[in-house]
Amino acid sequence: MLAEALVAQNIAFGIIATVMIVGAFRVVTSKNVVHAALWLVCVLAGAAAQYLLVYAEFVAITQILVYVGAVMVLFLFGVMLTRARIGNESELNNKNWSLGIPVALVLFAAMAIALVGGFKDEQLPAPSKAIRIDTQSISDTIFTPYLLPFWALSFVLLIAVIGAIVLARKD
Amino acid sequence: MMIALTFPYWAQSLLRVLGGLVAVLLPAGTIVYVFLFKMMSFMQSRLGPMEAGPYGSMQLFAEVGKWLQKEDIMPERADHSIFRIAPLIVLASTFLLVAVVPFGPDAWFTNFETGVFYALAVSSISVLGILIAGWSSANKYSLLGGLRAAGQLIAYELPMVLAVVGVVIQAGTMNMQQIVVAQNAGEIFGWNGLGNPYILTQFIGFAVFMVAVQAELTQAPFDMPIAESELVSGYMTEYSGFRFLIFFIAEFATAGVFALIASVLFLGGWGVPFSWFGWHGMGDVSNWMNIVGPLIMFTKMMGLVFLIMWIRFSYPRFREDQLQRFAWKVLIPVSLVNIMLTAVLKVVF
Repeated sequence: MLAEALVAQNIAFGIIATVMIVGAFRVVTSKNVVHAALWLVCVLAGAAAQYLLVYAEFVAITQILVYVGAVMVLFLFGVMLTRARIGNESELNNKNWSLGIPVALVLFAAMAIALVGGFKDEQLPAPSKAIRIDTQSISDTIFTPYLLPFWALSFVLLIAVIGAIVLARKD
Repeated sequence: MMIALTFPYWAQSLLRVLGGLVAVLLPAGTIVYVFLFKMMSFMQSRLGPMEAGPYGSMQLFAEVGKWLQKEDIMPERADHSIFRIAPLIVLASTFLLVAVVPFGPDAWFTNFETGVFYALAVSSISVLGILIAGWSSANKYSLLGGLRAAGQLIAYELPMVLAVVGVVIQAGTMNMQQIVVAQNAGEIFGWNGLGNPYILTQFIGFAVFMVAVQAELTQAPFDMPIAESELVSGYMTEYSGFRFLIFFIAEFATAGVFALIASVLFLGGWGVPFSWFGWHGMGDVSNWMNIVGPLIMFTKMMGLVFLIMWIRFSYPRFREDQLQRFAWKVLIPVSLVNIMLTAVLKVVF
């Protein structure tokens, strides 16, 4: 049986998805590094909006905090500090850019198969059921069954930080 | 709840949008007049604006009118579309930020479960606007100002987040409403006459948070990004007329909103200690708090902004390296220790 159709959610999903796809294309076709980075912000913020649509509030906010607020800011910071010019640049594209197409297709296929196979025809419950992926259950999952991977991940990050410091120090 | 039941959804949404406009523009205007025009003048033994309206209270309208009718000037070699978007991104961040502040038991715009986290996330969006404002102006002073601002805002965002963690641990929730309730229903060693405002138990967190707010707002002594003696006006150099007005409103509105958030986190928000009226939890709070709550919030906001402005008018500017060192070597370690202490004490009590 079909659950109640989530009309508003579906329309919003369509609009945001369109913006994200257009943005993704503009990231690779734009002739200016800063413009490309700003289109990437659009895509990442769109992903956050999509998370909100499936009630994943915490994940959506993390997406904004990490990607829009930190990663993209550092990215723009680095680009502006080194080479960003105003106006079009002709040498932005790598010679082997066409290699990216098969990689993208394979990735798309792998993710599509994983998603379709994983969720089959499961549907989101209607909002009236007020399901919420609450923050507490996320933290319970991270700190109980996934504690070891979490530690491993933190350790990898720590190593990266120390490595960066070692590389940056001159003495 | 009474209000929520009598209006249809579209009217509620409209009311919330209007309420958001008021919650952003009213504090901004009040802060500029009371502190920037009057308090600074009194501290410098002068009267400040006196001509427009009684005691110059209409001065702000005159200023806004002046900015609105100015010519819209843009450098010829600027990146025009981005130059136009940049101030809007900064202002949008302010509006997103106010959406999460509760003003009363039912007087809120959104009641996110992870409200504090949301506030910290959207406040970082303004950095993006500042960076691209500096870059798109095609001016070396602007670019330097933008880069300095980004470096500073990234550095001070960390102590701010870490300072909030202490409050979240103590309240056991990230929801702004529940943080307010936890403070007003709390008690200090069995005495509940004052509730338990977290400024007492989280004073280190409060101090770190307010310093970080000062830096996030790029108010002196953290105004290196717009240092007028070396960078003209930093990332705002090329902006004039209404585009500058947007930056200006965003600066003081964000000051107000950050003060509101600080008053929710540390000063008990809209609430009065619940024991005064025999309330026990959210369910008992009377409806009149929806009217009194915003006034209480406004009073607390004015107090905190007074602190911010007092420091702004009193201290000379930090040097760039001092500023970065202060964030990374003082504030972050202090707030980490605060988190550890809070966690230990939370388990003990």
